[in-house]
Amino acid sequence: MPAGREALRDTHREAAINGARVFIAILIVFVALSGLAWRYYRLQIVEYDRFLTQSDRNRVRLEAIPPKRGLILDRKGRLLASNEPSHRLSVVVERVPDWAVLLDKLHGMIALDDEAIERFEERRRRRRPYDAVPLKLQLSDEEMAIIAVNRHDLPGVTIEAQLTRYYPYGELLSHAVGYVGRINERETAEIDEAAYRGTLHIGKVGLEKWYEDTLHGKVGFQNVETNAHGRVLRVLDSQPPVDGADLQLHLDLDIQRAAFDALGDQRGAVVAIDPNSGGVLALVSKPGYDSNLFVNGISNTDYSALRNSRDTPLLNRAVQGQYPPGSTVKPMFGLAGLEQGLVTPETTVPDPGWYTLPGDSRRYRDWILRIRGTGHAPQVNLQMAIAESCDVYYYDLARRMGIDAMAEALSPYGFGRRTGLDMTSEKTGILPSRAWKRSALGQPWYPGESLSVGIGQGYMLATPLQIAQATMVLANRGTSFVPSLVWRMNDKPVGFEARPPVLATPAHWNAVIAGMMDVVHTRRGTAAKIGRNLTYTIAGKTGTSQVIGIAQDEVYDEDEIAERHRNHGLFIAFAPVDRPEIVVAVLAENGGGSSAAYPVARAVLDAWFSETQHGGL
Amino acid sequence: MADYDRTLPGSQQAFSRRKTLSQFLHLDLVLLTPLLVLVIGGLVVLYSGSDGDWGTVTRQLRNQAVAFSAMLFAAQIRLDTYRRWAPALFLVSICLLVLVPFVGVGAKGAQRWLSLGVVRFQPSEIMKLAMPLMVAAWFTRHTIPPKPAALAGALGLVMVPAALIVIQPDLGTSLLVAASGLFVIFMAGLSWWYIFGAVGLFVVSAWPAWLFLMKDYQKQRVLTLLDPESDKLGAGWNIIQSKTAIGSGGWSGKGWMQGTQSHLDFLPESQTDFIIAVLAEEFGLRGVLILLLVYLLIILRGFWIGLKAQTGFGRLLAGAITLTFFVYVFVNMGMVAGILPVVGVPLPLVSFGGTSMVTLLLGFGVLMAISTEKRVIDQ
Repeated sequence: MPAGREALRDTHREAAINGARVFIAILIVFVALSGLAWRYYRLQIVEYDRFLTQSDRNRVRLEAIPPKRGLILDRKGRLLASNEPSHRLSVVVERVPDWAVLLDKLHGMIALDDEAIERFEERRRRRRPYDAVPLKLQLSDEEMAIIAVNRHDLPGVTIEAQLTRYYPYGELLSHAVGYVGRINERETAEIDEAAYRGTLHIGKVGLEKWYEDTLHGKVGFQNVETNAHGRVLRVLDSQPPVDGADLQLHLDLDIQRAAFDALGDQRGAVVAIDPNSGGVLALVSKPGYDSNLFVNGISNTDYSALRNSRDTPLLNRAVQGQYPPGSTVKPMFGLAGLEQGLVTPETTVPDPGWYTLPGDSRRYRDWILRIRGTGHAPQVNLQMAIAESCDVYYYDLARRMGIDAMAEALSPYGFGRRTGLDMTSEKTGILPSRAWKRSALGQPWYPGESLSVGIGQGYMLATPLQIAQATMVLANRGTSFVPSLVWRMNDKPVGFEARPPVLATPAHWNAVIAGMMDVVHTRRGTAAKIGRNLTYTIAGKTGTSQVIGIAQDEVYDEDEIAERHRNHGLFIAFAPVDRPEIVVAVLAENGGGSSAAYPVARAVLDAWFSETQHGGL
Repeated sequence: MADYDRTLPGSQQAFSRRKTLSQFLHLDLVLLTPLLVLVIGGLVVLYSGSDGDWGTVTRQLRNQAVAFSAMLFAAQIRLDTYRRWAPALFLVSICLLVLVPFVGVGAKGAQRWLSLGVVRFQPSEIMKLAMPLMVAAWFTRHTIPPKPAALAGALGLVMVPAALIVIQPDLGTSLLVAASGLFVIFMAGLSWWYIFGAVGLFVVSAWPAWLFLMKDYQKQRVLTLLDPESDKLGAGWNIIQSKTAIGSGGWSGKGWMQGTQSHLDFLPESQTDFIIAVLAEEFGLRGVLILLLVYLLIILRGFWIGLKAQTGFGRLLAGAITLTFFVYVFVNMGMVAGILPVVGVPLPLVSFGGTSMVTLLLGFGVLMAISTEKRVIDQ
């Protein structure tokens, strides 16, 4: 140690300088640490509320818990629309550091087509960045495993378990139940978005659409705590969803299947109704389609195939198809004639096989003329006119009644307006009258046109459902109910609504119904073929309606056109006659005649009665 | 000198009897107590900051054991030895710094580490201690307050290692190392004219440089450093989250292990540089104030030791070590609270990490050497 140099120094002065510097340093330290304390005071006391909110917002996320969609069951409790568990891959966009990198990684792990990515982009535009947006629905077990293993490498990616609508019977029930599909842009604008948070599907058609609010239920919410990577750690509080109500239908799967099978390849529709409640026991429209195709987005090829098919499988013929009801309206006109005093059960009309209007030479031909070359009989009364479907009797009745009285007579049966069935897209049909023709076509009514309407042709159009409803009125001798598909909601009966009755004296009902029984139960009845080996009584009425031309834009094809020019065959029936349990209306599109229709009705009735005899229900 | 004291005839018996254990170990209990409080409290916070990971806590405990051993060792060395060996230590440190770019080990885009087989260390950490020792030793050979030539030499001693660290690149450490040297110069009585002159010169030269020399992206980087919240997803994310953690702690905090910001991974670096945010979130302003009080006690004791030091070397060294420690505290707590730019400075003695713990406690070991040497002389 250089003691000499040390000795030369003025240690007292050095100590004094150092002391002054230490004093200043302490001053600086105090000021600086006070500054720090002030800063932390600002953050922790003054701005406490703001930062507390901020930290809660960081970690707490409100998540929607979608409700379970209500099931749809047949009257015996068989599932017609169920919810099957499936897993989907969703992405919280906010948590993805690099979208391109993530997509790249996912491409290496699971099958992802461009369509899915496009749909994702479209969906993500409508969601908030912290929402999980589905990228791929219906992950396979293998894909799930791959994603699960690589979870740490896929920030923002989550697997969500959800229930997807499944229609186990496909085409058999496509037109009765309808289907759900993914919510599209137009629907997004219409629905309450809060109510559909977390829900991807919405009823598009049929029951699924009509009862959307009931089936959907009420969305629940939960506050979840998440970490910085968006992973849910725990549920803080929740408001459980209210699941959609289960719908139990009047529809009986066995009856439905019997009708479906009996139609075979025949295009057409079958509607069966319980006349004691208006409950629809079967509602078939052929051809149909597999409803499951629509649930997660139908492919373009599948959709154009359905859309462009000449057989129009997407058309629900039972409620949207409008056909001339043909002779099936004869019992109703007959009853009206009796009630209005125009005829009695004993009144007869001469039948040479054709009819002329006074002062007009044109012959209105009876269908039987072509077959026998003569009329049904020299004189025809009401019962016979119904049993053998005599046109001449009805030409005469129509002339005497006049079109407005005819329209008035048929109106209570529900023609010309929607029945009120709980089903979308129902058509009204046409119940012609002078007023209707003036407003619809701007033309006056010609007397000859009344004759056509008298046998259910001409301008008159009705849906198979309307025809079935009218048959229910006949079966119940005046009383009827608004047709309905749903019997019970969550095991509570929804009740049924009576329609205004058709009033007539019992004797008149008896006369008409006797005619309808003869249709099946006498040798000369037009549906005598189904009258054999019956264990129950049937009152029925056949119908054949002409097809008017073909549309101009259709391709000319001889076989096809010939087939599509053929008459529609119809048949209505109820059974048993004295205490009706079931009403059925069958339409066989281009079936040629009623012979294409009444075997179907017999099959439906057989299915019903074989069951009741076996103690079912 | 010391030998002479110890062999004073007739007093040896009494002297030996009065010598307590702490005196024997050259420990300053007034300094040691808050240090122990700090590291023990630090373990508690670290346990939470590491999300209840015992492994982290035991590794930190091991770091602490090593660091306190280093402190104990440093306390035994006589001040004069420090003074004599300071140039050698400084030179070795310089050499190591020079080596870093060639044989160094990289981490996070910068080469700062040297590997000695089992141990990896940053030469810049050694410089944190070597620098004040060297500059203080420098001034024992020159008069105080320094004359211009001595001052120029001292500045040279400061600039060379600072420059070597800047090119690693590690601006933050470079500034802190430079500061530890400059504090010695300050304690040596650097004229206020120089101090204000330097500040004035910086402002005068920075303004035109900002206007004419710097490119836009360089300005942007400076601005981001000064105002990290302008970059919400990059540098700003950390500060926004740490401020949220601190602010949401309120007066009494969310409770130990209950901090949502830190436990749910919103808070970055919750075991190291940002651990104060964990403390603030879980123990509230109360906890922060207690921590500040402990730091204040340590700093005041450091200055006290400097004031009572017998030699100029001891005075300068004690003042500089204490000021450097204070700067660490201030920069870390300031940056986490969003009032200072984010530079990689750990919270002294609390943040997880071995190197900084050892360096800091070596410094306190030197302080104890200063403190206890004085007492020996007092006898």
